[in-house]
Amino acid sequence: MKTLATMCSVMALTAGAASAEGELNVYHWSDYVAEDTIEKFEAETGIKVNYDVYDSNEVLEAKMLTGSSGYDVVVPSVEFLARQAQAGVYSEIDKAALSNYGNLDPEIMKVVAVNDPDNTYGVPYMMYTTGLGYNTDMVSERIDEDKIGSWDMVFDPETAAKLADCGIAVLDSPSEIMAPALHYLGLDPNSEDKGDLEKATELMLSVRPHIRYFHSSQYINDLANGDICVAVGYSGDVLQARDRADEAGQGINLTYAIPKEGGQVGFDMMAIPDDAPNPENALKFIDFILQPEIAADISNYVYFANPNTAATEFVADEVKNDPGIYPSDEIRSKLFSIKPHTPRYDRSLTRAWTTIKTGK
Amino acid sequence: MSMFAHTETNARSRLPGGKALGGLLQRLGLGGRGLVIAIPTLWLLLFFLIPFLVVAKISLSEAAIARPPYLPIWEWDDGLLNINLNFGNYLFLLEDPLYLSAYLESIKIAGISTLIALLIGYPMAYLIARSPENQRNILLMLVVLPFWTSFLLRVYAWIGFLKANGIINNFLLWTGIIDEPLIMLQTDFAVYVGIVYSYLPFMILPLYANLVKLDQSYIEASADLGARPVTTFLTVTLPLSASGIIAGCMLVFIPAVGEFVIPALLGGPDTLMIGRVLWDEFFSNRDWPIASAVAIVMLFVLVIPIMMLRKAQAVEEGAS
Repeated sequence: MKTLATMCSVMALTAGAASAEGELNVYHWSDYVAEDTIEKFEAETGIKVNYDVYDSNEVLEAKMLTGSSGYDVVVPSVEFLARQAQAGVYSEIDKAALSNYGNLDPEIMKVVAVNDPDNTYGVPYMMYTTGLGYNTDMVSERIDEDKIGSWDMVFDPETAAKLADCGIAVLDSPSEIMAPALHYLGLDPNSEDKGDLEKATELMLSVRPHIRYFHSSQYINDLANGDICVAVGYSGDVLQARDRADEAGQGINLTYAIPKEGGQVGFDMMAIPDDAPNPENALKFIDFILQPEIAADISNYVYFANPNTAATEFVADEVKNDPGIYPSDEIRSKLFSIKPHTPRYDRSLTRAWTTIKTGK
Repeated sequence: MSMFAHTETNARSRLPGGKALGGLLQRLGLGGRGLVIAIPTLWLLLFFLIPFLVVAKISLSEAAIARPPYLPIWEWDDGLLNINLNFGNYLFLLEDPLYLSAYLESIKIAGISTLIALLIGYPMAYLIARSPENQRNILLMLVVLPFWTSFLLRVYAWIGFLKANGIINNFLLWTGIIDEPLIMLQTDFAVYVGIVYSYLPFMILPLYANLVKLDQSYIEASADLGARPVTTFLTVTLPLSASGIIAGCMLVFIPAVGEFVIPALLGGPDTLMIGRVLWDEFFSNRDWPIASAVAIVMLFVLVIPIMMLRKAQAVEEGAS
């Protein structure tokens, strides 16, 4: 056992030595930078970037908690960052080394600081909302105008029943669905009360027969192909589905709406693991992303809003004026963010989620 | 014995510097036979026993917000060794009926899939074994051919076949057999299709290997004695191919029980298999100890059929 551990660390060391100078290992969400972002960074700094992707916070978390990941920059959502920082996974951000740190929106920094006190461990990368993606034609054939763009589409059994035949998909993420369910019931989305969880579970069970599947990325393709008509999903993902549908030209019109009642706003945070082999290059990368033009390029490409006030002037009008990406002030006031749960509550939540999905 | 020694020297002389190496090994008390056994032993030790012990260790620990996310089970404290073994994880699996029903569901799905694979695979293996010798290799190639494409890609291809506006539905709608697309994807049906499709070659190959050795004169003798083909099949062919059936069934059943990818891609949200429960424990609950306990219990669930196989083989060897 001991020898095996030594062997592993020797292997890790040699891997580290190879990338001691002039390299940067980035572990990022899939489809989350502009096509030329990495190229531009390499051209500007001469640093060679090794770029890997993941598609769920949980996968990243498992790597971080195992340790010796070899990555220099990772991008967890803020509520995950909070817990991982508690486990001692990240090093503090040296703000003095970031010349563009002042570009960040102070309002957003305050919201993020609820989970990351004093913005110690993370720099916000993009902000997203969780809301409703739907096929405009299929939906208006089936339900009343005033229900469209409301959480009723998923949480009201009567409305959901009318949409069941064209297909409703829901993110397979207990915290991101139970929070809006609690919000829909007029309860605190971050409640850890057993009774509240039961009420939200009942609500989900009442619409369960009308939900076709739970998955966190399948809906992008299915919306674009017309295989489903409603999805609870991430803003940028639904908008990318809309683009794909437009390109395919099959007459499928998709809309992303932050529900009238309000929805979850989330932030993905750039962070540096404490065992990063190239922490200085990591800071250079974060500072590069904070450049207004670079942040705007990314927003224009992935349809997520950036937290960079200096970047707004470079963001394309169609992106800037899309209320699904940059919400109006009225909607903004109804958004809520989620906090990390205690391990005990996480277990109850996952258990309730299994009950919802399987009836067991 | 003498033949063995002969091949041994032959193999050695072909190696550059083989003599010196052979001499060294001989001095270490490692002859060719020892070496041949040592490699698989080392392999099993490195890739089965050690990982198993690591998982077993974690299963006796307690989850924590730390890196790694569980507490150590032993600690040195001033020359005092403290060992904390937490058997609560195993007791917890008994407390919640979820785990039992996930194990049973996995066994049910794997069992039914194995049976279907046997019903489809047996006639195919039989036909290949009975076809002219020059065609057999081509037919076997066809069975193995799908392996040239990635497993994941082949499962994804089934999505294209089974989905609401997929190939099968569009064809049936076009012929007018159905008016509404059939919902096949995200159902247990799709999981069975996926598992049977993916594991069918593992059923066919051992069956073929067994059936091709079957002495044709037994069947002729049976016919000469007046048995009809069905009787011959049931009383001669089937019992003689029992070891092939057992081997094929094990090769399909065991991986199917722990299958995660196929139910995740083709199954519905209510398809509850143990692989999914394990994923939830590991990723959603971040409870590595419980996840490890689930895995250890699954191993024992699988060890029982393997023991049965060993026993059946031992009986057969004893008989022949």
